[in-house]
Amino acid sequence: MADKVIDARGSFCPGPLMELIAAIKSNPVGTTIEVLSTDKGSVKDIPDWVKKVGHEMVGVEEKDGYWSIVVKKLK
Amino acid sequence: MAKHVVIVGGGVAGTIIANLLARGLKEELSKAEVVITMVSKDDKHIYQPGFLYVLFDKMRPDELTRDQRSLLAPSIIFHHDTVVGIDPKAGEVHTEKGKKLKYDYLVIATGSRPMPELIPGLKEHGNMFYTLESAIELREKLRKFEKGRIAIAMGVPHKCPVAPFEVTFMLDDYFNKKGIRDKVEIYYTYPIGRIHTLEPVAQWGVPEFERRGIKYETLFNMEKVEAHNGTIAVYSAEGSTVECDLLITIPPHRGAQAIIDSGISNDGWVPTNKYSLKYEGYENIYVAGDTTNLPISKAGSTAHFESDVVADNLIAEIKEGHSARDYDGKVMCFIETGFDKGTYIHFNYTNPPSPMPPSKMIHWLKLGYNRMYWLTARGVL
Repeated sequence: MADKVIDARGSFCPGPLMELIAAIKSNPVGTTIEVLSTDKGSVKDIPDWVKKVGHEMVGVEEKDGYWSIVVKKLK
Repeated sequence: MAKHVVIVGGGVAGTIIANLLARGLKEELSKAEVVITMVSKDDKHIYQPGFLYVLFDKMRPDELTRDQRSLLAPSIIFHHDTVVGIDPKAGEVHTEKGKKLKYDYLVIATGSRPMPELIPGLKEHGNMFYTLESAIELREKLRKFEKGRIAIAMGVPHKCPVAPFEVTFMLDDYFNKKGIRDKVEIYYTYPIGRIHTLEPVAQWGVPEFERRGIKYETLFNMEKVEAHNGTIAVYSAEGSTVECDLLITIPPHRGAQAIIDSGISNDGWVPTNKYSLKYEGYENIYVAGDTTNLPISKAGSTAHFESDVVADNLIAEIKEGHSARDYDGKVMCFIETGFDKGTYIHFNYTNPPSPMPPSKMIHWLKLGYNRMYWLTARGVL
């Protein structure tokens, strides 16, 4: 169970990755954040960014018509 | 007993909702069955999209401002005061001047605020244009700027997601018209992996940037800003550094301090149901405008369309005991693509945007709307 859930399903603007970046910035180190996205691009965009910045990818799961992407803030 | 509707915030959403309620509940107000009270920290109402035009000498600052009281229907009680606490369990709002306002229905429309201080060095070395004072300060710097590199960088989240594009295109036109574009490098950065969060807008933008000679870098989230011997260095969380002579920034935003201090959230956004626009867990509290935590654009247009729904629902609840309709995520934003052309995007929760080719007609429509906005605030347009 993530500490925080961002329901970005149907979000075209600002979109799931931007929502995740905002949540990473406003939550403490160690927080796990689950992003729900209907945009398939999030499955690549989010892990790419998380890896580049140095946070932890906890998991990606396809659900009924959307994806659940869980990230842990490491720094 | 009269029903008390308290509206916190006198920005786009608060003002539209107050005026629509005053019209829709005219009879109830005249019989003192309903009382509408607005509390706003500002006694002036500013048309914020106008900052972009002030920046490039296209509008004068006093064109953007009206007295808040003058925009409100006479039946609305207006308090120029700052809300410092919201107590949903007690059903009351606390103000800086010591008032305790009891409500039957509450509308939270406390907006967002740019906070450059969240990124070390940004306030000292960056220039924004999201307040009137900062737009005037940057205007003066642009007037004197003769050569060098201008970087554009934004924090997350930020209000008005099309503004990064607009300021970039207008900068290009500005220096072209001054005849010194060849001496000015424009370097655009963006937080995610494309140049705009809306994919169709990003796709349209790439060849446009290339045609105009605007350089860009994606996946750039400002982490700190420093200045060394007159050169500004912007460091990103992704590990790159951009050096420039002038940094134009849209800082990260946060919601109102009262939301944080009331324990509603740690960033000032109110947990909001995306359809009903009610504060999660509270049937008598609506949220509108930038204040929501919804994953949609923080923009005047969003506030406008949400306000129509909130007002309709409040009127229906007070008159008939049930709400009227859901918000469908409707947003419509103009995008200025320079000094003489513009386009627009329109989308909701289920239909993605599809920008039209820029035209002079849309630009003129936007210029017209800059003057017509006061009708929107009054709940007419």
